Amino acid sequence: MLLDFFSHLRKARLPVSTTEYLNLLEGLSKNVGVLDLNRFYLFARLCLIKDESLYDRFDQVFQSYWAGREAAFDLNLDAIPDDWLKLSDKDALTEEQKAMVEAMGGWDKLMETLAKRLEEQTEEHHGGSKWIGTRGTSPFGHGGFNPEGVRIGGKGGQGRAVKVWEQRRYKDLDGTRELGTRDFKVALRSLRRLTREGRPDKLDLNGTIRATAQNAGLLDIKMRAERRNAVNVLLLLDVGGSMDYHTALCEQLFSAARSEFKHLEYFYFHNFTYEKVWKHNNRRHNDTVSVPELIRTYGKKYRLILVGDATMSPYEVLAEGGSVEHWNQEPGAVWIQRLQQHFSHCVWLNPEKSDYWQTTPSIRIIKELMHDRMFTLSVNGIQDAIEALKTPIPPNPVTNEP
Amino acid sequence: MSNADYIITDELQQAVDAALTLERPLLVKGEPGTGKTQLAIEIAQRIDAPLFQWHVKSTTRANQGLYEYDAVSRLRDSQLGDERVKDISNYILHGVLWDAFTSDQRAVVLIDEIDKADIEFPNDLLQELDRMSFNVYETRETITAKQRPLVIITSNNEKELPDAFLRRCFFHYIEFPDKPTMEKIVAAHYPSIKQDLLKSAMDVFFDLREVPGLKKKPSTSELLDWLKLLIADDLPSEALGSDELRTVLPQMHGALLKNEQDVHLFERLIFLHKQRNR
Repeated sequence: MLLDFFSHLRKARLPVSTTEYLNLLEGLSKNVGVLDLNRFYLFARLCLIKDESLYDRFDQVFQSYWAGREAAFDLNLDAIPDDWLKLSDKDALTEEQKAMVEAMGGWDKLMETLAKRLEEQTEEHHGGSKWIGTRGTSPFGHGGFNPEGVRIGGKGGQGRAVKVWEQRRYKDLDGTRELGTRDFKVALRSLRRLTREGRPDKLDLNGTIRATAQNAGLLDIKMRAERRNAVNVLLLLDVGGSMDYHTALCEQLFSAARSEFKHLEYFYFHNFTYEKVWKHNNRRHNDTVSVPELIRTYGKKYRLILVGDATMSPYEVLAEGGSVEHWNQEPGAVWIQRLQQHFSHCVWLNPEKSDYWQTTPSIRIIKELMHDRMFTLSVNGIQDAIEALKTPIPPNPVTNEP
Repeated sequence: MSNADYIITDELQQAVDAALTLERPLLVKGEPGTGKTQLAIEIAQRIDAPLFQWHVKSTTRANQGLYEYDAVSRLRDSQLGDERVKDISNYILHGVLWDAFTSDQRAVVLIDEIDKADIEFPNDLLQELDRMSFNVYETRETITAKQRPLVIITSNNEKELPDAFLRRCFFHYIEFPDKPTMEKIVAAHYPSIKQDLLKSAMDVFFDLREVPGLKKKPSTSELLDWLKLLIADDLPSEALGSDELRTVLPQMHGALLKNEQDVHLFERLIFLHKQRNR
């Protein structure tokens, strides 16, 4: 029964793990979160949900699962552990449920743990001593239960107290926080190049020992600069048009990159790189930076990351005047090669799913132009991209000077 | 704050009970000013346990909570021929968790604002919080908790915490108090406040929190400060709901609103309030 509830949560894509499920069982076996459904609700939420923006989804799953089963919950109280922990017949499981069991570490492991819990349970509650409050640890003075085993809250079933989960109080909590940038940050972190630059303000312990020894034991303190992340990143982002669908993802990448790299420069372009980029989207028509200037300003050691869906008409890449916004003297392909020549450590991140890459001609062309260095804008993609950024691309025979 | 001042909701109480019974760390989140930090202090008082506080900053490293080896002092002492030099343990500085683990009584540990630290910080504490023991490399000791302390961790959502860390914690989100709870909280702090003054003040306060686009919503502690000012000035009870409203309130709003644009909004709200009460 409980396992069933657990699979319901997984089906609703709540990130609950086996460890947390076992925590829940452990708690129940120690009489935490039993006695009525409200208490169980709170305890289950405490164990399983680690993010307030998921509270609302949890409430909904809880509601849909337990609606109409409140009576079952009460009946089962006396029967804990047997009924709660009893697994439905293994063969009766659907393929889906079987897959889930596998995902939770395999059938045997699960059974083993459950059996162990079951054992502990029978040892602890023999005779009529069930439900005697074990809450002496409670710091708040109440929460102790009637030792006769009478439930608080009436006979159960109908007319009980307000159900917390039905109120859906946490509806507003969604979307008020920084979304999923942690994974990006961790992925970006591997691009770090730690160097010692600046003021020497840290004690160099090894150096001091060596110098002191050389000084015949007289203390000779050596200082050195702290290690800092010295990697320089130039980020060029595609905005507008078809990129609007990927705004959220790009913002995540951007905010992760901002906090990870001290030397981060960013510019925007539309669809493809031509002779100009800009820094502020609302002033893009009169406040632009030319690409040759970009190349002059930022040294060769900058890592270039282009972000764009690369979805456009092939003319926009290959032809003069192909741009949708202005007449470009030279095709975009030439400009991107110039960028590559200077910033030889470069990659293209594409928020579009890689399934579409083969069927979109412009993506194929750009991928080729990028020497296959195009990756999906996902955690795995970024990891691969960072790996690729460590080596330069082979020099390009473009002689077309601007 | 004394015992009676801290109002704890049933939900939070159950969460604390569960954390105590199952000896698992309790991660507490919630709007600023909902008493996250106060919770640990309060629990320590109520179960009469020693409290160890660890306030995390952006430069805090996980090791500092365990111990630090003061090599520089030892080096200096060696130059002066100090006797203490011979025993390395003289230079091991105990951290918060060390003290909590070796406490004879069950302790309460507060790890405050864990999200302020580096992104890897929580991961570095996984083992220590799980097993409640750690090794001291310099003296080859293992420090194991005599009694597993109750660990309360607070977070303000500035950084996401790693999954592995979350799996090992219980999580509770402290909601902003609703009106009845808030009335209890206020009553605990100012038992002698005039009822009608309180009622108008609460109306203004909760209205204010509803105002869309407020940069910083006033929190419980701000309400309490504000009420303190109102009481200190001994305002007549009608002051908040009458014509005086507009002249009286702006003198006090500094306690509630900490942002110029918000003050602007507030003034508009008072104006509307006045119109409604006419």
